[in-house]
Amino acid sequence: MKILVPVKRVIDYNIKVRVKADNTGVDLANVKMAMNPFDEIAIEEALRLKEADVASEVVAISCGVTACQETLRTAMALGADRGILVETDVELQPLAVAKLLKAIALNESPQLIILGKQAIDDDANQTGQMLAALMGWPQATFASKVVVDVAAGSVTVTREVDGGSETLALTLPAIVTTDLRLNEPRYATLPNIMKAKKKPLDVIKPEALGVDVTPRLTTLKVTDPAPRSAGVKVANVAELIHKLKNEAKVIA
Amino acid sequence: MSILVIAEHDNLTLKVATRNAIAAAAKINITLATEIHVLVAGVACGDAAQQAAAVAGVAKVIVADAAHYGDQTAENLAALIVAQAGGHTHILAAATSNGKNTLPRVAALLDVAQISDIIAVLDADTFVRPIYAGNALATVKSADPVKVITVRTTGFDAVEASGGHAVIENIQASTDLGQAKLVNRELTKSARPELAAAKIIVSGGRGMGSGENYHTVLEPLADKLGAAMGASRAAVDAGFVSNDYQVGQTGKIVAPQLYIAIGISGAIQHLAGMKDSKVIVAINKDPDAPIFQVADYGLVADLFQAVPELVAAL
Repeated sequence: MKILVPVKRVIDYNIKVRVKADNTGVDLANVKMAMNPFDEIAIEEALRLKEADVASEVVAISCGVTACQETLRTAMALGADRGILVETDVELQPLAVAKLLKAIALNESPQLIILGKQAIDDDANQTGQMLAALMGWPQATFASKVVVDVAAGSVTVTREVDGGSETLALTLPAIVTTDLRLNEPRYATLPNIMKAKKKPLDVIKPEALGVDVTPRLTTLKVTDPAPRSAGVKVANVAELIHKLKNEAKVIA
Repeated sequence: MSILVIAEHDNLTLKVATRNAIAAAAKINITLATEIHVLVAGVACGDAAQQAAAVAGVAKVIVADAAHYGDQTAENLAALIVAQAGGHTHILAAATSNGKNTLPRVAALLDVAQISDIIAVLDADTFVRPIYAGNALATVKSADPVKVITVRTTGFDAVEASGGHAVIENIQASTDLGQAKLVNRELTKSARPELAAAKIIVSGGRGMGSGENYHTVLEPLADKLGAAMGASRAAVDAGFVSNDYQVGQTGKIVAPQLYIAIGISGAIQHLAGMKDSKVIVAINKDPDAPIFQVADYGLVADLFQAVPELVAAL
C-alpha cells in the first residue's frame, strides 16, 4: 500500500518570531526554515510502516514556493521514496492545500495519508480534516498510536483527546494526523542526504491540477500580543503567600 | 438567518466550553441582531439539550438523537452539521479536541475557510486569532457566505448557564456513514476541577524529576487550593503524567485566576498555553528560567522544600 505524507516548510521552531514593523505579517527574511515538526512525525510513522512491510511506498508532498523542494529533500533524506511539489507563490490557506492534496491523491490512490495535526506557523489544525472531508474518507486526528491491518482493510488509531485518550477503528483508505507522542523522528544521515538528491522530485502547478487556490481569508494586520511584564521576585514562601492573599487577592 | 453553535457535551452534561462559544456567538450577534441556535447531537442527550435550552441568549436548541452520534465521531457529526447549515451565517464550536476534529470537515464540505481559535470578534466578518504559538495575533476577514469558526474558550467569558428559555426542536438524524467506530475510550477520572475550567491550576514540569514526585509533591498543594493539575510538555514526554495534563501550544490553553508553575522552565510553547492567566506564580531553582519573565511572583527556590512549606503555610 502507498502512503502520502504532506510536509510544510515553516519557520524553524527554535526561532523567536518577530512581527514586521508595518504589521503585515511576521518577518521571514533571512530566517531559518525547516520542516513542520508534526510533519516530521508523520514522515517517521510512514517510514516505520514501510520498514514493517505494511507500506510499499512513501511519497512526500509539499505545496508552496520553490524552496519547499528543500523540505521535500529532507523528507527523502529521512527515507521517503519520492517527492511532489505543487509550486506556487500564492499564499496557501488550508482549504486550498486540501484541494491540491485531493487532486494528487486521486492520481496516486494511496490507502493512507498521514499529516501533521497542525503547522506551527498558522496553528490552523485544519488540513487533514478538510482533506478527509473532500475525499469522503474517515479520519483519526491527534494520533498517538497507529496500527494498520491491510488484510482487514482497517487502521486502528489511538487519539489524544481532552479528557484522556480514545481508540478508533477506521476503514481504509483513511486520514491520520499526528500528535507529539506518536513517535520520535529519526535524523537524516549524511549518506542518505546525498542519496536523497538523486530521488525523483516532480514539480507541478496548481493550474495543472485544476485547483483554484485563491485565499478565502484576508489578513488585515498582524500585531504583537499584549506584553506581559515581569513581576517581582519574592524572598520566601511567607512573602509569596502574603502577596497572593493581600496584593493579588487570588487566595483566601 | 441565524448563528449555529455546536454543543460540547457527554449526553448528560453540557460542557462549559459550549457557553464560551455561545459568548462568541453573542458578540457576533451584536451587529447581526438575529437568533442563536445550539445543535446537540448525541444519544439519549435530552439532559444536555435541556441544559442548552436554559443557557442565556439561546433561542432554539436543535436535537439530533441517534446511536451514531453518541461517540461524537467527526464523519457523522460533520454530515449532520452540513445538513443543518442552511439558514445559518455562522457555525461555531469551542476549540476543544471535538471542535477541532469536526469543524474543518464541515468547512471543507461547505467549501469555505475555517477560522481557527478566535480570541476576539471585531464584527460579523472580522476576527482575531493567535498564530505562531501566540507570539503574534492576526486580524482576519472572511468573505465566505458561511463563517465556520472555532472559539478559544479563554478568549470569551462563558454566558450564564440559566436565564434562557429556548424552544427544543428534534430533527431527523443523517444516515450512519459507518466509517469510524469507537473501540475504547480512557478518560482520566479525577475529583479535581477540569483543567480548562479551573480557577486555580498547579502545574509541574521536568523539575519534578519523576511521576512519583509529581504526585507526592503537587497533589497536597492542589488539594489545599482546590486546584486542577497541569504539566509542561517536558513532564508529559518524560512520562510523569498522561497527555491530557499538558498545557501549551499543542496541549490545553488555560487562563485561570492563578497559575502556579513549579519546576517549569517556560518554553515558548508552554507559555503559549498559560500566559493569559490572571496571576502567574513560578517556583524554580534556576533564577534565569524564562518562566520568571512572565511570572507576577517568582520564587527562586528548590521546589522540594518550597512546595511542602507552601502547603504547610496555607
